[in-house]
Amino acid sequence: MSPNFDVVVVGAGIVGTACALECSQAGLKTAIIEEGIVGGGATAAGMGHIVAMDDSDAQFELTRYSQQLWLRMKNALPKDVEFETTGTIWVAADEEEMIEVRRKQAYYSARRVPCEILDARALAEAEPYLRKGLAGGLLVPEDGVLYPPTAARWLWSQARSCGASAIQGRVTALSEAGFSLRDGSSFNPGITVVATGAWAPELDTALEIKKRKGHLAITDRYPGFVRHQLVELGYLKSAHSVTSDSAAFNVQPRATGQVLIGSSRQYGAEDGGIDHQMIRAMLARACEYMPDLKQKAVVRCWTGFRAATPDKLPLIGPSTKKPNVWFATGHEGLGITTSLGTAKLLVDQILGRKPEIPFEPYLPSRYSREHVYA
Amino acid sequence: MAAAVSAADCGASVLLVDDNPALGGQIWRGEEANPSVREARRWTERLQHSSVEIVRGFRIFDQLRPGVLVAESADGMREIRYSRLILCTGARERFLPFPGWTLPNVMGAGGLQALAKAGMPIREKRVVVAGTGPLLLPVAVYLKRHGARVQLVAEQASRNSLLRFASVLLRHSGKLAQALGIFGSLAGTPFRFGCWPVEAKGDDRLRSVVFQQGSRTFEIECDYLACGFHLVPNLELASLLGCEVKDGTVAVNELQQSSIAEVYCAGEPTGIGGVDLAIVEGQIAGFAAAGQQQKAQRMFPERARHRDFANALEKAFALRPELKKLARNDTFICRCEDVAFDRLAHCRSWREAKLYTRCGMGPCQGRICGAATKFMFGWGAESVRPPAFEARVESLMGTKESAPEVRV
Amino acid sequence: MPDALAVSLNGKTLTVPIGTTVAAVVFIAGQSSFRRSVSGRPRGPLCGMGVCFECRVTVDGVRHVKSCQTLCKQGMQIDTDE
Repeated sequence: MSPNFDVVVVGAGIVGTACALECSQAGLKTAIIEEGIVGGGATAAGMGHIVAMDDSDAQFELTRYSQQLWLRMKNALPKDVEFETTGTIWVAADEEEMIEVRRKQAYYSARRVPCEILDARALAEAEPYLRKGLAGGLLVPEDGVLYPPTAARWLWSQARSCGASAIQGRVTALSEAGFSLRDGSSFNPGITVVATGAWAPELDTALEIKKRKGHLAITDRYPGFVRHQLVELGYLKSAHSVTSDSAAFNVQPRATGQVLIGSSRQYGAEDGGIDHQMIRAMLARACEYMPDLKQKAVVRCWTGFRAATPDKLPLIGPSTKKPNVWFATGHEGLGITTSLGTAKLLVDQILGRKPEIPFEPYLPSRYSREHVYA
Repeated sequence: MAAAVSAADCGASVLLVDDNPALGGQIWRGEEANPSVREARRWTERLQHSSVEIVRGFRIFDQLRPGVLVAESADGMREIRYSRLILCTGARERFLPFPGWTLPNVMGAGGLQALAKAGMPIREKRVVVAGTGPLLLPVAVYLKRHGARVQLVAEQASRNSLLRFASVLLRHSGKLAQALGIFGSLAGTPFRFGCWPVEAKGDDRLRSVVFQQGSRTFEIECDYLACGFHLVPNLELASLLGCEVKDGTVAVNELQQSSIAEVYCAGEPTGIGGVDLAIVEGQIAGFAAAGQQQKAQRMFPERARHRDFANALEKAFALRPELKKLARNDTFICRCEDVAFDRLAHCRSWREAKLYTRCGMGPCQGRICGAATKFMFGWGAESVRPPAFEARVESLMGTKESAPEVRV
Repeated sequence: MPDALAVSLNGKTLTVPIGTTVAAVVFIAGQSSFRRSVSGRPRGPLCGMGVCFECRVTVDGVRHVKSCQTLCKQGMQIDTDE
């Protein structure tokens, strides 16, 4: 017989481990189920950019809240998590994109996010290897970067020390009362939290989640070549597009001195293999912004799958069909950032605590409501 | 060379791609102009008189799609098209971590020889040759011939296992003669069986090496330690192409054909067996890839004989379990990322080690520590992701034009 | 001397035979340490065949060049301990 867990989290990525930690800290008897390695899935594939984003008010609320949670945790994080407050620079190529810089600056400032407009000269000073002739950018200094697999492992080690248990296995089916594993064993915890990212639809085919494939490349060590996370503002155009394939300039300085080069977005690709056209497009875009990158050596390329929802907001809360099943998935490209906020909102709802930000925008039921009206 | 020449002799259009500016692989490196052994001269000459087109200094790092490889040199990149491909990617030395193995002037046995061939001065230098495998003695001979003072040759294999190996040598008269020649050249150089390095001492460079033999240890001062623990096949390219790898070697059928029909493989990647086996396998692969199966089949008995020798080799130089325990807690296992032993002791797999400690995530992509941790912890390798070798961003971006070529 | 060429190692000029690798130049100059590891330790070549990346130096301002795989060219500027 399985012990009676209050909560079992399915999936030990960064979202799952954060949820397990929050649950066990709140005194819930918690377990996490993982077949592979803690933080070894999309978590290991991600960039680890801790960023406040403003595609929508709800996205801003969750990312800013989570970013602040990371900052609060910063001093407790071990060295191998490599958390650094590098700041983000949203790079504007031309005057048209400078309009977006000013809009973004107004939006962030109104919400007390420190930020600073850089003109062409200030941008060149901040990042000397960017090509000449860029219009400027917006520096958001509280953004940061971390190394996601060790972050997930640390969250998990904290959860363990609060009493959380580990179960090795793969959940193959959810039921009214709980779930069953591939080996045939079944569990009936109080709550089952599905945190399996892009694989969540395997457990509930009705979920509005699609795989969105991404490619990344990492270079050898070139300390000082990049100082901030650099993202082109054109990124917004490509990330907004929910149908077509896209590649955008998005590079990150790792604590090691390596340069992590992104990013690409593809729907409909199920195969995890490298798509050479995508890699080429992504690297070409990066070199348009940083021409000297061409001579840098790439050590590795890899891919990962984001869990994308139609409104680009995660699913955090109870299922509409099975009352014991909850979701913490659908984080698209923001799972590393929003893992901590997700965990807080999840446990706030489970325990009826007062949340620091409204949780309604992320309820899975928003999609079933749409169906009713449709 | 053998594969390229054999295929070209059958009328195929052949392109030979080598990542080094000099042909001849690790064994005959630098002997193109002035070969020292008969076999090297024979193949170099045959290659020169063949229709084989040669591309030097290009390292293949990826396959864009079946039939199209991409390679990089110091100055550029190129696409290489093939209808048949023969992989002769050879082997590298296996290095095992022991305290001090990261000090400057601790090198591979083949490593020191390669450096010396490329102009590194060794005259009057005090060198200790250690590790295991048939490479140690020829390296010692080479070093001695070029003026180095070889203080000791320490072979970890036991006297008994080498005596058994010697009995196999008797059946291979050519190899026996070679071996006798080697022992002749080494007269006056101390040689120890069942002896292995346990620590390299020094400050900013190597000063001395501590050895163990049985229960006794002793220390030798020296300038260089040439230390390699036999060879491990270079499987990265084969893995990248999707060829089946079994028991640490590329799986091939009797025609040296891999699990991917248009890809053949010959030499060390199909099992460490030395130069004679590699030459025969290369010829078989060359003939088979050019569609001359009968010519290939005629060489099967010769290959069988050399395989028999290769099997004996593997047994004779099997690593003793004590070598798994040489590293201390603070001994670096991954030299690219400086990951010490105690951090790896908590990991359960190669993937965990990579993900949590960066072991194997540096520029060598685990080529050095992967072989060591496989022996020490029994970890298996993961699938290979492009680029198979680190490559410049501009090379990965590709070129617009691409020359049509055939590589058999 | 037509069969020799001049290179500079850490600012010092050396004359070496044609066909000498950059790695050999460092040894000819009596140096053992080629680079600093990620934790600052001195390192020199291990494999001699372009696999281990321990012999990396800066050549003409380009970092991470494998010295054992690179032949000297007239006027080359080599810097160690990158």
